[in-house]
Amino acid sequence: MSLSTTELDAIYLTLALATITTVLLLILGTPLAWWLSRQRAQWPAIIEAVVAMPLILPPTVLGFYLLLLFAPDTALGRAWEQLTGSQLAFSFSALVIGSVIYSLPFVVQPLQSAFQRVPHTLLDAAATLGASPLDRFRSVVLPLSRRSFVTAASLGFAHTIGEFGVVLMIGGNIPGETQVLSIALYDYVESLRFDEAHRLAAGLVIFSLVLLFLLYRHDRRDNWRVQA
Amino acid sequence: MSGLSLRLHCTGEADFRLRLDCELPAAGITAIYGPSGSGKSTLLDCIAGLRRPGADSVVRFRDEYWQRPGSFVPTWRRRVAYVFQDARLFPHLDVRQNLHYALRRRHRDNGIGLQQVISWLQLDELLAHDPGALSAGQGQRVAIARALLSAPDLLLLDEPLANLDHTASQQCIVQLRQLADELDLPMLYVSHDIEEVSQLADQLVLLQDGCLVARGSLLELCSRLDTRLSQEEQAAAIVIGTVARHDPEFCLTELAVEGQPLLVGGNSHATGSTRRLRIPARDVSVCRQKPADSSILNILPVVLSDMQNDGASRVLLRLQLGSQFLLARITRKSAADLQLQVGDHLFAQIKSAALLMESTDTGE
Repeated sequence: MSLSTTELDAIYLTLALATITTVLLLILGTPLAWWLSRQRAQWPAIIEAVVAMPLILPPTVLGFYLLLLFAPDTALGRAWEQLTGSQLAFSFSALVIGSVIYSLPFVVQPLQSAFQRVPHTLLDAAATLGASPLDRFRSVVLPLSRRSFVTAASLGFAHTIGEFGVVLMIGGNIPGETQVLSIALYDYVESLRFDEAHRLAAGLVIFSLVLLFLLYRHDRRDNWRVQA
Repeated sequence: MSGLSLRLHCTGEADFRLRLDCELPAAGITAIYGPSGSGKSTLLDCIAGLRRPGADSVVRFRDEYWQRPGSFVPTWRRRVAYVFQDARLFPHLDVRQNLHYALRRRHRDNGIGLQQVISWLQLDELLAHDPGALSAGQGQRVAIARALLSAPDLLLLDEPLANLDHTASQQCIVQLRQLADELDLPMLYVSHDIEEVSQLADQLVLLQDGCLVARGSLLELCSRLDTRLSQEEQAAAIVIGTVARHDPEFCLTELAVEGQPLLVGGNSHATGSTRRLRIPARDVSVCRQKPADSSILNILPVVLSDMQNDGASRVLLRLQLGSQFLLARITRKSAADLQLQVGDHLFAQIKSAALLMESTDTGE
């Protein structure tokens, strides 16, 4: 039983999408989570609410608005086309943007609560020892939140792999371009090719299980070490 | 070189206000003493820049402005180190890495060396430990070491001994005193424990309700009747004496205080060395004639220089012994019976006098 070119393309595309999305999420999510964790005022709660929206909205709602936003006749669509020479809607880039928004809460929330747990007393102590704000973040906050970075990255990655609704709305179904695993599976089922559908579905189940098992095992070991 | 010049207006929680306008010496150990809620820690935080006092505040250390209207130097650029009540060691680093953290970011290049700090504070055994595995006393020693290694120009200490047991805190006191003498590092030491203060401090700043009540040398302030210090139950005078001789037969040591002999419990201090003695006011009584057959060993001629009522039933006396002073707390009835007048020549009977920092020399 060997995988077809379409399937290999879908696997490659899915992994690429999840990897790029995760990297972008860590780059964007870390400062956002840090900023949110330092705010004492009330109004940043609205930013938190916006970040958390993908948790409860049907992905199709998000996908629908993104589709409208990415259309070639919008300001964003036009700017993108002038900048890159290709259209944004139904492209891999559109998938990346959609995935980043869709998985944002899975990265921001664990990081934010980890940052909130870092005692400000330790940051004060570091400051009196001559550590600049960036240095304090690097030398105190990052190591103390290391575990949550692993959690955030894994959840962001896994959640992107499991994405369906948003991709369906904004990506279309172009093999080798925007057809990720969940869409390929959907295609197989639509055309009653259950054998192939089984292969992909089982593969995704095993992959997700392994990833989550590794993540929780890592958490457990660390929990244990912190207590010891 | 001038010291630390402060003009602070700081509003805190629950109506608390710190209002200070003073110049503190940047030499030796200056104790900041006062009841809890008097603004001691707030004062240190303002000096360190961990708290931002009102915009018209000024903090100047020597010739460098750390804060003045329109400019505020952040904590990490002020050359201060801070030893907190909790050690605040970094939990993700072991002891050695905690020390290196400070060393890598030190404020000056010519600071004290790692090996010297490790041997001073006896940290050899602890270097590989995680902070969680240390006792409170060990943790605080590491915190002091870490602060020293950052090579500060000013060391702030906020009740660093509050969580330590008696033995550990005595050990720390001895080490801090040695460090102050050897390093020429000015320290501001916040405490509400007068015993700690009298062992450590050169100068004293009294704070109450966010205001400076008095400041001056420890010896002078301890014997003044008009400050809170002398009104406390454990009020005591601090006097300085020189070890004159040891009496092994009765296990006593004689000190010369202003030319007068004063006997204390036997110890092994070198003769000729200078020591601080703490003499509690409640352990001093006075009489007009020198008693001939008293069990009290220390009876010194003094002059009554001041007296003040202390509550309804008691009187606090300030007794001059040469250029130093003792405090005595007696009943108001005794003072009336003896018809005490300022200027009277009296004999002070001292029931107890404790050498401060006894434990310094047990090993010498």
